[in-house]
Amino acid sequence: MSETLSTIIEILQDLHEDVDFESETKLIDNKILDSFDIVTLISELSNEFDITIPADKIIPENFNSAQALANMVEELEDE
Amino acid sequence: MQTNVLEYLEQTLPRVPDKTAFADDTVQLSFAQVSQNARAIGSALHRDGLYGEPVVVFMEKSPTAINAFFGVIYAGCYYVPLDVEMPAFRIEMILEQLKPRAVICDAVTQPQLPQFGYTGKTYLFDEVIKTPVNDAALAQIRAKQLDIDPIYIVFTSGSTGVPKGILACHRSVIDYIENLSETLGFNENTVFGNQTPLYFDACLKELYPTLKFGATTWLVPKQCFSFPIQLVEYLNAHKINTICWVVSALTMISATGTFKTVRPETLHTIAFGSEVFPVKQFKRWREVLPEAKFTNLYGPTEATGMSCYYHVDRDFEETDAIPIGKPFRNTGIILLDEHNKEAAYGEPGEICIRGTCLTMGYFGQPDKTAEVFTQNPLQTRFPELIYRTGDIAHYNEDGDLVFVSRKDYQIKHMGHRIELGEIEINCGLYEGVEAVGCIYDKVKGKIVLFYTGNVEKSELAAYLKERLPRYMQPNKIRQLDEMPHTPNGKLDRKALAAIYEGES
Repeated sequence: MSETLSTIIEILQDLHEDVDFESETKLIDNKILDSFDIVTLISELSNEFDITIPADKIIPENFNSAQALANMVEELEDE
Repeated sequence: MQTNVLEYLEQTLPRVPDKTAFADDTVQLSFAQVSQNARAIGSALHRDGLYGEPVVVFMEKSPTAINAFFGVIYAGCYYVPLDVEMPAFRIEMILEQLKPRAVICDAVTQPQLPQFGYTGKTYLFDEVIKTPVNDAALAQIRAKQLDIDPIYIVFTSGSTGVPKGILACHRSVIDYIENLSETLGFNENTVFGNQTPLYFDACLKELYPTLKFGATTWLVPKQCFSFPIQLVEYLNAHKINTICWVVSALTMISATGTFKTVRPETLHTIAFGSEVFPVKQFKRWREVLPEAKFTNLYGPTEATGMSCYYHVDRDFEETDAIPIGKPFRNTGIILLDEHNKEAAYGEPGEICIRGTCLTMGYFGQPDKTAEVFTQNPLQTRFPELIYRTGDIAHYNEDGDLVFVSRKDYQIKHMGHRIELGEIEINCGLYEGVEAVGCIYDKVKGKIVLFYTGNVEKSELAAYLKERLPRYMQPNKIRQLDEMPHTPNGKLDRKALAAIYEGES
């Protein structure tokens, strides 16, 4: 597991202690993450990775799994 | 003189019968349909002998749920909206307090009812609206109704762990709607984009002005509030021009740079409240909508919706707080100090509210009601109630009220009013938990729960999901070896804050 991914899973675990974020791939479709969580995630990821997540990245596909989030973060870090 | 909120609907109906009143992506109800459905529901409830009692509306958020509210009022009863996403435990607690004889539900919620131990009458919305309308009976009900009769109960967080049901009457709602509409300039061209849930008084802002003016309310899908571009596109697609949202929904749009991709095209009236709007984010909104009217609203549920307003028509420093302004017409604010005397001008005092806006208090809880609905101490020669909000404020040099803090441990989190005590009590009931303490990180907007005892964090989190509504769930849970206490044995929240700050 990449460092980015494990940090993201830690952040997600803080939001929902009882969800298995390593395997869940439908965080949005299954309504596990709601708007409260998304707002929190955006601010936590921005602080943790020192990135700015632009609105056009805040789409369901990028928030459906820890891996998708990690991909997005890594992409933004490269910019 | 208007004495019943349904007169709004009845006066509007002949003018715009076919116009859409309430809509979402699947259902659109015209004023004619709203009227027909509401009178059918009222007729059915009357037929079954219901009058002057609570009727629960347990439906998914939709135009039909709103329609059911008006049906309950036609029957001379008062509606109690219950949230379908509320944990079962909480619903049971509310049903236990109300002991309702009737529940209106939809196809999704109907199968859930038996698990709450509810055994009264159940009305399925799609069926009950087929009831023949008995206009003669509805007229008789209307003739004996007074404007001091209740129309709804909404439940709010209670510090003792039990939610409190706040009861409001026609007169208070009419007073609120008249003054809010004047202040925000609603009219028949208003197209609302509703964000707030239907089980709080916040949605009064859209529901009754829609009836009064023949305006239109769109219920914005919940998922839009997770994805800012989708959200603004939704506003544009439905030509929404007026929104009354929690601050976090607005800052989510501005902070993510949404305006670089899409801008609100039709929006001209933006009201927000319950929370501090960070000036930096507010400026971004003003930049993109320089012509729009921005209004900060303040008010407790106990005084029917909102009590004060401030039109934000100037720039603020990033360190400044936007004032809560002045009371609506026909609402009075007194700032009382700890000796029950009026605070000196500019000094902080507890916001106490007087006026027709005062609700009727807490359903079935006279002691709780008497604690905060008290005689006005500045005027003791005749009975006159004030509501003590527990909010501390002062006047600035412009004569506007500025919110300072809370007297107690009530917080505002993502627009929701929460008693930290309610979270602590519920958590403390879990087997194995020994001590509990909750703090709120205002800057990051996080509820942080500390506990001691031999319990896994994930186990406790799962339990809390069953006990408390979504918005009360702690954002961070921390297990401690020992709970810090002050020298006189009280929970030391400052020490908890220090532990939490030490983490980051």
